[in-house]
Amino acid sequence: MSRKERIAEAILTVVGLSSVAVLALIIFFIFREGAPFFAEVGLADFLGSTRWSPGKGHFGILPMIAGSFFVTLGALVVGVPLGLGCALYLSEFAPKRTAAVLKPLVEILAGIPSVVFGFIGLTVIVPLIRDHLGGPGFSVLASSLVLGVMILPTMVSITYDALRAVPQAYREGMLAVGADKWQTVTSVVLPAARSGILAAGILSMGRAVGETMAVIMVAGNATIIPTSLLDPVRTLTSNIALEMGYASGLHRQALFATGVVLFVVIGALNILARSFVRNRVR
Amino acid sequence: MKEAMEKPSSQVKAKVVARDFRLYYGDFMALKGLNAAFPDRSITAIIGPSGCGKSTFLRSINRMNDLIKGTRVEGEILYEGKNVYDPSVDLTWLRSRIGMVFQRPVAFPLSIYDNVACAPRVQGITKKSELDEIVEWSLRSVGLWDEVKDDLKKSALGLSLGNQQKLCIARAISTNPEVILLDEPASALDPIATLKLEDLMWTLREKYCLVIVTHNMQQAARASDYTVFMLGGEIVEVGPTRQVFTNPKDPRTERYITGKLG
Repeated sequence: MSRKERIAEAILTVVGLSSVAVLALIIFFIFREGAPFFAEVGLADFLGSTRWSPGKGHFGILPMIAGSFFVTLGALVVGVPLGLGCALYLSEFAPKRTAAVLKPLVEILAGIPSVVFGFIGLTVIVPLIRDHLGGPGFSVLASSLVLGVMILPTMVSITYDALRAVPQAYREGMLAVGADKWQTVTSVVLPAARSGILAAGILSMGRAVGETMAVIMVAGNATIIPTSLLDPVRTLTSNIALEMGYASGLHRQALFATGVVLFVVIGALNILARSFVRNRVR
Repeated sequence: MKEAMEKPSSQVKAKVVARDFRLYYGDFMALKGLNAAFPDRSITAIIGPSGCGKSTFLRSINRMNDLIKGTRVEGEILYEGKNVYDPSVDLTWLRSRIGMVFQRPVAFPLSIYDNVACAPRVQGITKKSELDEIVEWSLRSVGLWDEVKDDLKKSALGLSLGNQQKLCIARAISTNPEVILLDEPASALDPIATLKLEDLMWTLREKYCLVIVTHNMQQAARASDYTVFMLGGEIVEVGPTRQVFTNPKDPRTERYITGKLG
């Protein structure tokens, strides 16, 4: 190996490791800031209590866990069928040229700042819900709709890749027994792409759990456990973003502990998604 | 029989007949007016060098070439006296009557059972007992039943390539076809699996009209009744296999089978 090559390799190694180092630092930092809180308040009171009033020393994040759960579930109900349908159309039914134009357009959705999604939710969806369905408009429903659209790029592009990875021979083999396109898709293409589609769903879920700005703008952010689609909610991410600016002491630690919970949830989702993708390769 | 061997197209009952069949990819004429008859209950091999159009011809019979954009056909391919390119022909029906087996075994990532059952399901058969029966019959017909009957729920991808190809043949016959098209069915198999596949073809020959495309001269010589030799999109010679291989009429056939052409 020449000297030049060795230097290049060393530089690239450092650069490559630096992103891993950043991840390690983030993990270390969140846990260092959050850990003392668990020691002081205890896991049961933190995760199991519905009362969040930091001023009075109550740090129950159950409403936020429920909020994140319902909002994410709603986003998946909206985004998964839509994204799956869109990917199926692009991969199996659209003429090649149409797909070549549409797919990048869907991916542009991912580049729109989330505050813009929030803004549209705030000015269009929230009033629509308030006027036609009742309640304050800021709600589980509004958040689900906004997030459902926001997860589309993830859902569509990963599902599309999974569908494209299905060997053409499978389609031919099915057509050769007289199947039409739809039968080919349902009996062979979808089962063959199943693990990739599951991975798409799980990564979309991760995106929905982690989204903050757009949700803050349309969710209403009340620290209650919602009982209807029209109730306002606060998610875990919103909780941190809304209060970090003025929190101190135990309150600040509680927000970091919320971050720990989020980190664990999203980490678990990613590991799950990866295991599905790996299964497919095997 | 001897008489029939001499002139297969007129005296043995032909299941499939090509009449002045031409196929274009855009402006390019890939098949240049083919005339051939594929007799029932026999194996016809189509041989020829790469790019001679033998696979294209085979795939024209069950209209798999429809999938390729820009293809256009002239002339006829008759199945049961009806032109398969007639607009009134139902593709689902046609492909249930003319089954196809591909070069690489197309075992779907489904259970062994579903790999067969998916074909009758397309034909609208959904009753479990009926499907069970078809699956068993098809797997028995290809000699796979005893080996897999306890593993029907397991993934077909766990089977050996040779057995995957048998599974594909089981799928092809599950819709009760009369014609089976085989596109170089042994090219992905080892010599032993190849011989087993040829044995199976001889068994199937008793019930079906088999058409096999192969680039393997020995295979064509030992595993077919009739041979069609193609070159440059044209049929050079058609005849009983023994005659084509021992006493070819056309010098180009002779050069090809002796390895001097292609």
